[in-house]
Amino acid sequence: MNTVTSTPPSADTFPRLLLHHAAVRGERPSIREKDLGIWQTHTWRQVAAEVRALACGLAAQGLRRGDHLAIIGANRPWVTFATAAAQSLGAIPVGLYQDATAQELVYVFQNAEIRHAVVEDQEQVDKVLEIAQQAGQIAHIIYDDPRGLRHYSQPELMALAKLQALGRGFDAANPSFFEAEVAKGRPDDAAAMFYTSGTTGHPKGVVHTYAALIGRARAGCEMEHLTDAEEVLAYLPPAWIGQSIFSYAQALVAGFCVNCPEAAGTVTLDMREIGPTYYFAPPRVYENLLTSVTIRMEDAGAIKRGMFKYFMGVAERVGGRLLDGAAVSPGQRILYAIGDLCTYGPLRNALGMSRVRVAYTAGEAIGPDLFRFYRSLGINLKQLYGSTETAVFVCVQPDGQVSADTVGPPVAGVELKIAENGELMIKSPGLLKEYYKNPGATAEVLTNDGWYHSGDAGFLDAAGHLRIIDRAKDVGRLANGAMFAPKYLENKLKFFPFIKEAVALGDRREMVCALINIEMEAVGNWAEKRGLSYSGYVDLASQPAVYDLIREAIEKVNADLAREERLADSQIRRFLILHKELDADDGELTRTSKVKRGFIGEKFAVLIDALYGGKVEQYVATQVKFEDGRTGKVSATLKIMDARIFPAMKKAA
Amino acid sequence: MRAREIGGVMLDVKNISLSFGGVKALQGISFDVREHEVRAIIGPNGAGKSSMLNCINGVYHPQQGEIAFRGEVRRDMDTHHAAASGIGRTFQNLALFKGMSVLDNIMTGRNLKMKTGVLAQAFHLGPARAEELREREFVEQIIDFLEIQAYRKTPVGRLPYGLQKRVDLGRALAAEPRLLLLDEPMAGMNMEEKQDMCRFVLDINDEFGTTIVLIEHDMSVVMDISDRVVVLDYGKKIGDGAPDAVRNDPEVIKAYLGVGH
Repeated sequence: MNTVTSTPPSADTFPRLLLHHAAVRGERPSIREKDLGIWQTHTWRQVAAEVRALACGLAAQGLRRGDHLAIIGANRPWVTFATAAAQSLGAIPVGLYQDATAQELVYVFQNAEIRHAVVEDQEQVDKVLEIAQQAGQIAHIIYDDPRGLRHYSQPELMALAKLQALGRGFDAANPSFFEAEVAKGRPDDAAAMFYTSGTTGHPKGVVHTYAALIGRARAGCEMEHLTDAEEVLAYLPPAWIGQSIFSYAQALVAGFCVNCPEAAGTVTLDMREIGPTYYFAPPRVYENLLTSVTIRMEDAGAIKRGMFKYFMGVAERVGGRLLDGAAVSPGQRILYAIGDLCTYGPLRNALGMSRVRVAYTAGEAIGPDLFRFYRSLGINLKQLYGSTETAVFVCVQPDGQVSADTVGPPVAGVELKIAENGELMIKSPGLLKEYYKNPGATAEVLTNDGWYHSGDAGFLDAAGHLRIIDRAKDVGRLANGAMFAPKYLENKLKFFPFIKEAVALGDRREMVCALINIEMEAVGNWAEKRGLSYSGYVDLASQPAVYDLIREAIEKVNADLAREERLADSQIRRFLILHKELDADDGELTRTSKVKRGFIGEKFAVLIDALYGGKVEQYVATQVKFEDGRTGKVSATLKIMDARIFPAMKKAA
Repeated sequence: MRAREIGGVMLDVKNISLSFGGVKALQGISFDVREHEVRAIIGPNGAGKSSMLNCINGVYHPQQGEIAFRGEVRRDMDTHHAAASGIGRTFQNLALFKGMSVLDNIMTGRNLKMKTGVLAQAFHLGPARAEELREREFVEQIIDFLEIQAYRKTPVGRLPYGLQKRVDLGRALAAEPRLLLLDEPMAGMNMEEKQDMCRFVLDINDEFGTTIVLIEHDMSVVMDISDRVVVLDYGKKIGDGAPDAVRNDPEVIKAYLGVGH
């Protein structure tokens, strides 16, 4: 049995945890990064030294207790250094998304009065310099990668390595400074601030204390028995609280090693090399992995395809039961063992999940088939429920009590209740301290007696497991009064590998319609196989054969919906395939890739009118924003198609 | 603003004429390239741009004129000597081994720098092994620089065209050239790939101080990234100077856009 790494209660801030690990397991790996094709290891002792140098450098540049430090970059060791360095000084790190536009940054820089920023490279430096005028007070921009910055002469710029050298000088002159600053930290100080992606209005800065973050991280570690032998792969945006919990807070609580992939494109390869034992991914990532497996299986020879199909059938019957420790006949066990040898084992290896002990998914509901697929392969995939405001851990499915439609019972320390209107209320030691400089918004979500309005609609089932239906404000009614849960429909649609994104419409309307985004890779591959020629996304999306393909998928969903009495009215009657991919740059998705329903409703109003107006096609022109900030226009005449619906099946009495 | 100031003349092309039978590919072309600059050669199809590059790195031998590279004057030079003296190039139609990985392709560009013999390399003897490790590290830096880590082990033939161009550039960079000749590096690319390639060209110039001569069709690209531009038309030089001056030269406009524009 694994025992949880123990840390003394005095290590109640992240810098103190870091110093503890540097003393206790100084030579064990803390962070690995792949550089020039080789994994380079930083031990706990080295990390502590880097953090100390950087903290002293930042102090020399005037970063003070209570200031905010902006951190913009991909997962690299320096992100951890900068986060811990800020916290050592009592400053508050604010992670920002790399792909945030300059405009989005202005608000945050002004809101948090940011004077110091540590950023990755020229691209981010350019962005911060661009907003320096508007944001006002930026005094120091520190960059990690000097490439392309050689001839920049702005006085506020400095290389990270140079700042650390400066810091070592400062440290030598003030040898007790660092320890004294670390000693000043209190568990109820603000530890970090996370800006929520904000489906409406400006982003809000969620302030968390050390007690909240460390407390939740520890609850998670204890529940899953995480030790200092775990390996995780840090591949999600560090600005997101989940990444911060899994790859920073929990790593510091349990003392395990965090691995940084070489580049965004190499994550799958790096994952296979590292073989993480503890893994988190939003449903989207599991979906993409499954899509790539499906595509590759379609390309495989007949024997392999047949084997895959047969053994996946076996896995579907017994894999999940084995994982839950349920009774399985010896014959089935032997079949599964053979399947493990020929199919599941190699497949887990190809996915980089051979060593995964605990895999989480959260953020959005996961398709039941998708969920079952991973579990049937023997991967201990579990659901988790939480948000930025709750420091992630609210509910987790314990081993052996896993199902696709719940998110498990509350984690230690958490209380739940359901409000009159169906909204889930949470009381937890991990709740946010406040929204930064926004008492109005804080009061809206936090009641006086400490309950947090989650904004999610859900209920607790007989076993005490939480079940989330949708966002409370998104659950609507059709014109005839039947329940309409758009997310539920969209998730069902998105399980098909050909559908990347779907938007279901129907609130206060007489029927349900859908806007569909095709998955370019999968549909392209499919079209190629059939000798279907197309010139690009818009052309592919408008092919009649592709429409038929999507219609079949929708009809399958309809057949499924017809089986549930309450949802039978939600069958999708008409749909169209969008001419552009929904994109965060165009404001259609949040930065965490959630559909912005209201915005889409306005932007594509003409299409929606056409869907409900009974038209068979509609011309539309849409503005798109390119990555370099320029804008262009995509226009097309979109066909609208009807889908078959099925009579509702009444439950047998 | 740039990292390295433009220095003295590095390559001096004097009065070059080249003909194939009756076809006069180049007629009395003279221009120079200064250290650390980005120099563009532009011109319509068949203007003699590629022929000019081929003369510089010794593929063609001009009938008349001379070329001085870093003070060394010559009329004839073989390609090997050109490469050894620090001239690297990429090709319009790519010169890669399609069946070999990205890594191996770039390693071939490093061959010039390798000292151990074929046999030692074949049997992976001590010195050859040590050398390979050393050179591999250099190649890895190029892979990192060109942001192609994800394709390290992918056979080049399976990569899209834009990426193949990048690998070709990596192969040329592996020889650590002082003068890099790029033959239409952005041909056949989409806008985003072109922008990426422009950034790489500028970064190479900036980071390694490599002098760059590039041929390009797309006027807007050239004007944005080059310090000086030579314009050829039917084997003759019709313009030479800063991008703005060249852009407004009536002769150039006539050759490029045709009369009546």
